[in-house]
Amino acid sequence: MERIRVIFQRELAGYFATPIAAVFIVIFLLLSGAFTFYLGNYFARGQADLVPFFDFHPWLYLVLIPALAMRLWAEERRSGTIELLLTLPVTMWEAVAGKFLAAWCFTGIALALTFPMWLTVNLLGDPDNGVILASYLGSLLMAGGFLAIGSCISALTKNQVIAFVVSVVISLGFILSGFPLVLEFFNGWAPQFLLSAISSFSFLTHFQSISKGVLDLRDILFFLSLIAFWLFATATVIELKKAET
Amino acid sequence: METMVDIKNLRKTFGSIVAVDDVSFTVGKGEVLGFLGPNGAGKSTTMKMITGFLTPTSGTVHICGHNIEDQPIEAKKRIGYLPEGAPAYQDMTPASFLTFIGEMRGYRGGTLKRTVSETVEKVNLQSVLNQSIETLSKGFKRRVGLAQAILHDPDILILDEPTDGLDPNQKHEVRTLIRAMAQEKAIILSTHILEEVHALCSRAMIIAKGKVVSDGTPAELEGKSPAHNTVLVTIAGVDASVSHQQLMTVKGVKKIEEMGRDGDLVQFRIYPDDGQWILPDIGHCVREQGWEVRELYHDRGQLDEVFRLLTTPKQTIS
Repeated sequence: MERIRVIFQRELAGYFATPIAAVFIVIFLLLSGAFTFYLGNYFARGQADLVPFFDFHPWLYLVLIPALAMRLWAEERRSGTIELLLTLPVTMWEAVAGKFLAAWCFTGIALALTFPMWLTVNLLGDPDNGVILASYLGSLLMAGGFLAIGSCISALTKNQVIAFVVSVVISLGFILSGFPLVLEFFNGWAPQFLLSAISSFSFLTHFQSISKGVLDLRDILFFLSLIAFWLFATATVIELKKAET
Repeated sequence: METMVDIKNLRKTFGSIVAVDDVSFTVGKGEVLGFLGPNGAGKSTTMKMITGFLTPTSGTVHICGHNIEDQPIEAKKRIGYLPEGAPAYQDMTPASFLTFIGEMRGYRGGTLKRTVSETVEKVNLQSVLNQSIETLSKGFKRRVGLAQAILHDPDILILDEPTDGLDPNQKHEVRTLIRAMAQEKAIILSTHILEEVHALCSRAMIIAKGKVVSDGTPAELEGKSPAHNTVLVTIAGVDASVSHQQLMTVKGVKKIEEMGRDGDLVQFRIYPDDGQWILPDIGHCVREQGWEVRELYHDRGQLDEVFRLLTTPKQTIS
């Protein structure tokens, strides 16, 4: 546990030592603001909630999170530091978790910096802050899901561009898995149970049900087990691909 | 001698390629083992298995009695490793990087600070402590890599090409550093530079195509050279065939090779029977004949010649 903390701190400090932190946070705040006010018609709706704000989160994450995740392991492999890291007295699990948690915490910081949204809506009206809190939690969980996917893809290649593009496509699949675009692809040849399994993987469905303010344990467990699965996959991929430089 | 690294029947295959093939050896405290071999011979792969980065296809690695696969943490605590090219987190400074390594090695608070500053002093990093690593020169980067390897004063040091790409001064510094630690530790280092084996190693091991083809002291290796204990002599103003004949009569001379002529100068390489010591007899003969000698010296044999012989296929030592 102690070593997870050490890796976590190094990674998190790494984001802030490079322009990555500033660029990511500024773009995230700008885009989430722009989407909310222009595309989401925040004022015109005349409702005291943050629905238009949170509605765009899956789409924002779709582009921004793979950009953040693509360097997680690809960079370690490209620069050779993976050899350094994994020959320190540390388990694979600790390394994977430490790096993931740092990236997740970083997105958490970016998300927390959207607090002026929350202030605004509280100044303008009387929103249900419980729903807003639940939405923030759902958004954070969903970001974790995207990050875990990105972490695994990043372990597959040392080319960060490939890691980015593949992560975006897989993340898109998870966003839309409850939608015709994805389901039509399986329809006709895949058995029914598979179809319903696929549609139950939809990030959108789970996120939306959390952001309605209904904190269903199943939705939370969905994201947590998804994260666990992809991190397990990350560790497996690293183990298998270690020999390649 | 206390055995620190014990390697048995180590083997690693990548698909159909055999990178390391049945390698066994032990390294004891106070030993500096030099890994020699052409590129792709399996030196780095062997090191990666010893340090626990790669899992062997078969065979075992014991580090101070700990199996690297069964007790990786215990084993890794005892190893300091400098991977090829001395990788480091480029956006960190040497200070923050070494602090990170120290924390990973379990140091905290005052002990951490003290350990880091002691290590920094050992490798002379004081002047660049707060510059980001990517802006440092190759020599400094290598020193940062060495620093992280020796920070926890490990029993075993594994150094993959520690002096590769350094200028002669930097090479000298790194070698001095390694030599200073040699007594206390078991050191394995790989190198292409054969002079380094002389300068540093108490034992040299040549690896070719994943196999150990030679293992002995640098002197023993030189003994395998065809030129081992030959005598080179350059004589002026004497007819080559006459001097050739005369030299053949010296006791213990097996054969004489004419190396070249330059004006009235002629150079011979004189091979002894069974590698015996013939220099005094040759000297005696030359003096007796009253020849004008420009050069007369003894050749211990060239390591790179042995290296070539052992690592190039379809050639045997004549």
